Amino acid sequence: MSGLFLEDFVLYALAAGIALALVVGPLGSVVVWRRMAYFGDTLAHAALLGVALAVAAEQLPMVGVGIIGIGIAVLLFWLEKQRNLSTDILLGILSHSALALGLIVLSIIQSNGYNINLNSYLFGDLLAVSKSDIVLMFICAFIILLVFSQILSPLISISVNEELARIDGIPVEKVRFVFMILLALVIAVALKVVGILLITALLIIPAANARLFSHSPKQMVLVSVLLAVAAVLIGLYSSLNWDLPAGPAIVMAASSLFFISRLAYRRSA
Amino acid sequence: MEQSKISNANEILLAANNVGYVQRGKSILNNVSLQLHSKEIITLIGPNGAGKTSLIRILLGLSDASSGKVERKKGLKIGYVPQRINVPEVMPLRVVDFLNVTGKYSADLCQKMLAEVNCDYLLYSPMQNVSGGEMQRVLLARALLKQPELLVLDEPASGMDIIGQQALYETIQKIREAHDCSILMVSHDLHLVMAATDKVICLNTHICCTGHPDDVSEHPEYLKLFGDAIDGLALYSHHHDHEHDLQGNIVAADEYHSCEHHQEASK
Repeated sequence: MSGLFLEDFVLYALAAGIALALVVGPLGSVVVWRRMAYFGDTLAHAALLGVALAVAAEQLPMVGVGIIGIGIAVLLFWLEKQRNLSTDILLGILSHSALALGLIVLSIIQSNGYNINLNSYLFGDLLAVSKSDIVLMFICAFIILLVFSQILSPLISISVNEELARIDGIPVEKVRFVFMILLALVIAVALKVVGILLITALLIIPAANARLFSHSPKQMVLVSVLLAVAAVLIGLYSSLNWDLPAGPAIVMAASSLFFISRLAYRRSA
Repeated sequence: MEQSKISNANEILLAANNVGYVQRGKSILNNVSLQLHSKEIITLIGPNGAGKTSLIRILLGLSDASSGKVERKKGLKIGYVPQRINVPEVMPLRVVDFLNVTGKYSADLCQKMLAEVNCDYLLYSPMQNVSGGEMQRVLLARALLKQPELLVLDEPASGMDIIGQQALYETIQKIREAHDCSILMVSHDLHLVMAATDKVICLNTHICCTGHPDDVSEHPEYLKLFGDAIDGLALYSHHHDHEHDLQGNIVAADEYHSCEHHQEASK
């Protein structure tokens, strides 16, 4: 058992998982406060388009996902200004259009002889991450956290009440936009770890769980990082031990922790 | 020295010049002009749909006027007190965190400010547990922490009974004296305004009349607008032998007044 943890691919998987946990905790907290779960889903669906285009252009899938994610954020931001449709409807339109377009592009490039393992993008392929993937993930995570720490206070302020924030001189639109871009980058980081279908779970579950143990917004951000790291460790361990797919195992670890703490909390209360 | 004090007292903080506002083709505000000087208390009254909220939003800079101009003193610090805010249940936020959302204030200072609005026991309560009346005071404390030159209150007394209203107005009056700021207050109550008000502005898409409280209630435009309502209402003046604090606890009244009809009713 101890030998298992010294293997390179295990260390790589662990590093990739930790990189993801460091960013999903903080950003997930804001996603939960601002009810942006559906936005996360939309970015995730659009990620398939990013993967397909990146493969066609012979670039890293992560780069394609990042660029398409930023494109979706810009588009949504612009559409929201039109103000005659509610955000959930706009997201529904964007989400499924992007997914449909992704599937079309995918079938075109597959018929052109490219071989894409769709499953690995849908569910992640944590045990196949390379050294260069990890370097890229940590660079992304570092940038995301750096920018996030700069906008955390305004984000909290906006989440509490946008009007008060505006009167206090916070550039509400700008902060919202920057946060959307950060979220698009998180999806790119998460691609290899849990895959497109399960990304939103990791944004929401640790943060929702952290709510139980926190008294202040900043505390919730920290606790959700800890819970995300715990989910990665438990998920990865079960994946290796019982030969489970790593991404789904991490998500199940996160949700098990969620239900266990709910039960424990109810018993103690 | 004395001179500069006087000119300072008349400084214009905020001025609206012929402001008009059109929303979805409907004219909400027409040619509204007003000036707010330092240390002045203005109460804005008007019936539902008169455009009070739109005017306040324009003055605060949350919406843009369709025509006309709003001028604010350079760097004017505004403290805004909305009716209430709803903090999402999923966001852990204590009152002390809320007070520190934009700014960095020590817990001591927060406590002191809450004490000024008689809510210091709330410092570490979750915002979600704060009641409506307390919320108003917490919002007030937050606005005051910024040391504002102008305090804007949106229907602070809405949903309050007359005792609560009186207590709130007393607090506001006390605050104004302590902080030396101007106050712009919206009131849904057309007949009861804060006694310390310097100027009442009666709005119904345009400014119907303005003046000192006593003058406005005599003004023919005011009577035309609200005259009927006055007929159906009467002032019912009575006193209790005790008072309630914000948590509903009974506290002794300053003066004892027997309240016979209440005793009658309880028998």
